[in-house]
Amino acid sequence: MLLEVRGLRKVYQGKERQVEAIRDLTFGVDAGDLVCLVGPSGCGKTTLLKCVAGLLNPTSGDVLLDGRRVSGPPPGMAVVFQEYGRSLFPWMSVRDNVELPLRQKKLPRARRRSMVDDALSSVGLGDTHDAYPWQLSGGMQQRVAIARAVAYQPNVLLMDEPFAAVDAQTRADLEDLIRDLWHKLGVTILFVTHDIDEAVYLGQRVIVLSSSPTVVREDVDIDLPDARDQLHTRAGNRFTELRTHIYAQIQAAKRESTPGSTDAARDTHLAKQVLQ
Amino acid sequence: MKALLGLLGLAGLLALVEALPYTGLVSADFLPPTHRIASALAGEVGDSGFWHALWDTFVAWAIGLAIAVGAGIVAGIVIGTVPGLRAITASTIEFLRPIPSVALIPLAVLMYGTEIQSTLMLVVYASFWQVLIQVLYGVQDVDPVADETARSYGLGLWARIRYVLWPTALPYVMTGVRLAAAVALVLAITAELVIGAPGLGSRIAVAQASNAVPDMYALVAVTGLLGVAINLGARRVERRLLRWHQSVRGEVVV
Ligand SMILES: Nc1ncnc2c1ncn2[C@@H]1O[C@H](COP(=O)(O)OP(=O)(O)OP(=O)(O)O)[C@@H](O)[C@H]1O
Ligand SMILES: [Mg+2]
Repeated sequence: MLLEVRGLRKVYQGKERQVEAIRDLTFGVDAGDLVCLVGPSGCGKTTLLKCVAGLLNPTSGDVLLDGRRVSGPPPGMAVVFQEYGRSLFPWMSVRDNVELPLRQKKLPRARRRSMVDDALSSVGLGDTHDAYPWQLSGGMQQRVAIARAVAYQPNVLLMDEPFAAVDAQTRADLEDLIRDLWHKLGVTILFVTHDIDEAVYLGQRVIVLSSSPTVVREDVDIDLPDARDQLHTRAGNRFTELRTHIYAQIQAAKRESTPGSTDAARDTHLAKQVLQ
Repeated sequence: MKALLGLLGLAGLLALVEALPYTGLVSADFLPPTHRIASALAGEVGDSGFWHALWDTFVAWAIGLAIAVGAGIVAGIVIGTVPGLRAITASTIEFLRPIPSVALIPLAVLMYGTEIQSTLMLVVYASFWQVLIQVLYGVQDVDPVADETARSYGLGLWARIRYVLWPTALPYVMTGVRLAAAVALVLAITAELVIGAPGLGSRIAVAQASNAVPDMYALVAVTGLLGVAINLGARRVERRLLRWHQSVRGEVVV
């Protein structure tokens, strides 16, 4: 198993109140898997990803990568952050943004250049190299952040709602791009989304998280054929079954909280608001 | 249009200074008319002593500012990035910063007499805080998401300082440098005037002592021009370095 999350718990310690973002998460991801994570808003998906990326220290439990405990950002891992706008550097052109991680890898200049070109054109941004990120639309910025991760050629790719700001057509293209890259590069992907259809379409597995304090609610195998395409896969019976099942799970997760939560009343209340 | 109005105002001031001594409101002994100041200025410009004094003032200003900026940036980055150091130094900074530089004049004379080092000491002390405070603000302004992005792509401390912290702090640094440049000139002239270290300030003192009032005014005008030139230069550098920054960037079509 490449990535193992064992008994992960994360409590944010504030000045007055503490938030138990994650109660107890255990799951594993095999090398080369594409796993999607879904769960209600605020259930700790971003927190989990940051723990996996070595950016946050868990309160208890471990994250193991290749059997070794993650205590800082591991090499060969790329993260596409939910706050894509803030994760691009406004003082650098699009090209420099994508190129910076490659420079840290000490790759020769010509190689870097071609990797940047390839990555940018693969997300449909072949002609914006010299623009600054703040001159681009939200969706374009998000694609630059994806291109930066892709150009890095990571072993493990973590993506936090990476398609939230793009239109439906671009989104479909990017979904296919991710599956393509996954096939070609053999990269292991952990993909957070709030879109159930997207999770079912992309993943080999979908992990459904409960609402906060968070545990794994269900781990669904997506037994769809490996060759997927936007029209036929989504129209199939099995696809509809799977998405209906996961949808019901998430709705239930939103409604009920894990027993024993001190925040149970508040969470139920919040969940209802989300539903309305 | 704005420049034209500005010039008009300046012309008005010059005309007023020309007229005032004739009205008897002020004595021509204390405020000579513009044309006498102008001719004194012409005399100064023809005098190599003036150029030496200007050069001395400029050197004291430039070296002092450079030391203050360098030290302020390094100290600010170290204090801002080493965990805990900020809390330790905060009260000390708050105590040292408000001490007026001129209060150090006796100490400067004691240590360096009337040499240029005396001027430098005052200039550095006054400008250092301007830069340090701004750098500290800048370091604090680093976006946590940007920093996490850099860390996740394996950028080490040095690379993160260079590619994330420094560009974030740069607008603040530039503000600090601009403020420090103005303060440095004030302190350079003050030190020369009071201590007698070589420069425009001591030349003003000499003019006053020998009752060359128009020369005194001419030299004061030169220090004013120097201040304007410094401010314009600093702004230009700022605009160049911060093309990408919100306060500078306009709408650009790519
Ligand atoms: N830095 C922080 N300090 C304190 N609490 C935090 C912090 N970051 C997140 N939280 C809390 O932890 C919980 C989980 O947040 P997180 O961002 O991981 O949720 P999420 O599942 O990513 O939500 P969304 O789908 O809306 O992005 C929330 O209750 C949030 O308020
Ligand atoms: Mg999130």
